[in-house]
Amino acid sequence: MSASDLVILEEDHRRLSEVLDRLRQDANAKLTFLLNKNGQQIARSGDLEDIDPTALASLTAGNVAATDGLAKLVGEREFEILFHEGVSDHLHINVIGGRTILLVRFDERSSLGLVRLRVKKASPELGAILDDAATRQSAPADAAAPTPPSPFAEITDEDIDALFG
Amino acid sequence: MPFINYAAREINAKIVYYGPGLCGKTTNLQWIYDRSNNGNKGKLISLATETERTLFFDFMPLELGSIRGFRTRFHLYTVPGQVFYDASRKLILKGADGVVFVADSQEVRLDANLDSIENLRHNLADHGLNLDTIPYVLQLNKRDLPTALPVPQLTRALRFRNEPVFEAVATRGKGVFDTLKAVVREVLIHLRNR
Repeated sequence: MSASDLVILEEDHRRLSEVLDRLRQDANAKLTFLLNKNGQQIARSGDLEDIDPTALASLTAGNVAATDGLAKLVGEREFEILFHEGVSDHLHINVIGGRTILLVRFDERSSLGLVRLRVKKASPELGAILDDAATRQSAPADAAAPTPPSPFAEITDEDIDALFG
Repeated sequence: MPFINYAAREINAKIVYYGPGLCGKTTNLQWIYDRSNNGNKGKLISLATETERTLFFDFMPLELGSIRGFRTRFHLYTVPGQVFYDASRKLILKGADGVVFVADSQEVRLDANLDSIENLRHNLADHGLNLDTIPYVLQLNKRDLPTALPVPQLTRALRFRNEPVFEAVATRGKGVFDTLKAVVREVLIHLRNR
């Protein structure tokens, strides 16, 4: 299953948000933000301030994709951690399970060491929740918690026309 | 495949504008951005060189409305058209749900168009995507130039799978939204038929 096939249910979202909340508090971070490698936001915790979340997700995914390209050039499978140091704010970005990206924004109230430590602890927890979601999707349709049918399964031409007014 | 978020009740799909250098991909996105309501669009991000050539990608999210209670959001990307940015082009195609090929109608750019379609086919295949089946629309841009090849001739050269074709003058917006609507329709129909 590819990363883009992942379907996040409300229960997954709640569990992911809990881990992101805890990570943000433990790491003294301003924002914890989870997205997939295609640049789609999955969940977040903290104040975005004036940041457009879609732009943040797209640029972060582009950043990771470019770094992945660099990694392959030098014979690495991937660089798991990216760190961007600013004057007041810093970004710590790491790849979880090869398909999901965790971004942590922090300032002088925290430190790179603390963020790395807390991220290292939270990443497997996030990975386990995402694994559960992936496993559920690949399970037989009569499993205990089946994925809901796609809302597009019964889409009509009128539905599509209505989008354009 | 589009990303379906049942918690937020939204569906996000990725559409990539592809084509040779200076064919008008960024101009398409710029026009869509300028003419879309503020509430429906996010920021237009352009990662460009100092000479305003696309270096990595342009990006804008566009919300079109709801289907069956799910908000539909389309993430529009362009690729850098210049030949030597192929590694970047390939990265941007990852996870694409639909592709618009923006062709430069000028006679001197016919070979560049054909090369770019081949390059698109190759780069999609690297992501396990097939140009013969992915939602796809052909736009013949720069129809206002005196050096533009006749539409039937250009269509014969570039159209290969009965895809929708639109004439365009992206600098004046002609054909831009028709192209967008067509690719959105192709993506949604593809979803329905999965």
